Amino acid sequence: MTAGDAHHDVVVIGGGLVGAAIAHGLAGRVERLALLDEGDVALRASRGNFGLVWVQSKGVGNPAYGAWTLASANAWPALARELEDRTGIDVRLEQPGGISVMLSDDEVVQRVASMRRMLAQPGMPQYEWELLDPVALRERVPGIGPAVRAGLYCRHDGHVNPLKLLRALHAALRLAHVDVRPGHPVDRIEPLARGFRVHTPHGTLCAGRVVLASGLGNARLAPMVGLVAPVRPQRGQIVVLERLRPFLRYPITTLRQTDEGTVLIGDSQEEAGPSDSVGLPVLATLAERALLTFPALRDARVVRTWAALRVMSVDGFPVYDASTRWPGAFLATCHSGVTLAAAHARLLAPALAGGALPAALRSFSAARFDVPAAA
Amino acid sequence: MFRRLPDPGAVDVALVVDGVACTARAGDTVAAAMLAAGVLACRTTPVGGVPRAPYCLMGVCFDCLVTIDGTPNRQACLVPVADGMRVERQQGARSIAST
Repeated sequence: MTAGDAHHDVVVIGGGLVGAAIAHGLAGRVERLALLDEGDVALRASRGNFGLVWVQSKGVGNPAYGAWTLASANAWPALARELEDRTGIDVRLEQPGGISVMLSDDEVVQRVASMRRMLAQPGMPQYEWELLDPVALRERVPGIGPAVRAGLYCRHDGHVNPLKLLRALHAALRLAHVDVRPGHPVDRIEPLARGFRVHTPHGTLCAGRVVLASGLGNARLAPMVGLVAPVRPQRGQIVVLERLRPFLRYPITTLRQTDEGTVLIGDSQEEAGPSDSVGLPVLATLAERALLTFPALRDARVVRTWAALRVMSVDGFPVYDASTRWPGAFLATCHSGVTLAAAHARLLAPALAGGALPAALRSFSAARFDVPAAA
Repeated sequence: MFRRLPDPGAVDVALVVDGVACTARAGDTVAAAMLAAGVLACRTTPVGGVPRAPYCLMGVCFDCLVTIDGTPNRQACLVPVADGMRVERQQGARSIAST
């Protein structure tokens, strides 16, 4: 491993799904490319997430986010194919469409209204969705319980194995001879007259450009290069059931069966600061909703629980930014590193290789938060 | 493969493994009873479908999963035998009751 002032064209900071996907897209497009990863002490959203590639409901209040999400879902098959061709790792992408289930009539009314409002926004891409009544829902998803009032189906939704995805991205980086440095937390980024010097405990790297993709770590690093990343941790807890014979083809927002048969139950959202511990009240609620959705899961055993921290911005949408104070510094942060992995690799990275953010991302600058607070 | 050590005070327990009656000793775990009865592979894996045998014998590896008295995915190395117990080797992942 080289220390000292190695020179790179681009240094990506963050080895999770966002950083690795961007670096994967940059590899082959820029010459000397490095990726710095803090190591296993990092708060790894990438290792704790649920694994949905999800479109429905994304974009309420922000049609550009809806368009970006749909573009990523559409780019996903090409990313999965490319990763398998290069690394032999099948990330188990399935896009059979996805379903969100509603357990009360109120929920149905609100959900349908929100879907209509979202799709009526100017600039929102139009796509089909179906409200399935209990009979139609049970026909499509056998085993759905009598408490479920309706299901919302959207054919663009899907899921993937997020651990295999992270592994495949890193395998592809190695094969592309990207200078990947695990155990390299970034202490400081020093803007130079041209480019940047990135300080780590194991030496410094000089870079023409830097891409900040370190999740919650961006909040500390962004101001060093004239950017802001107002992100906070939002805890999500997950209940894992033992492996079962395949019984569920469609991913559901709160419940999915993985390619290996394991069932994941999740989608809790808590403001718990930097704590990634689990707690029984939330786990019990997750289990209760899962049983209302699939009563037969009553007999299945829980084998594991875990919590992870989403990287949540003030308004819940991603932040993509380019520094005007220090040109060449970029920021990418979001809470949907799985869904957006294809957009990051295939749409964002090529633009970054050319030295700019894609036009589609202009409205995602953190400048949107610069409004005076109401008195 | 396995031979029992002599134990004059041993009490026999009758159980059924995959429909075949066999004898174990009180205090055996289901895994030990199956190994002593010559049943080496106790399950096949959910993904690859390859055979597995009890490995760690202390509750850690989950390789000894079997169906005991109708309940699948039990760890054979943690369950003591009981008279009349019915044990089945487990083929792949368990299923949940279809509704």
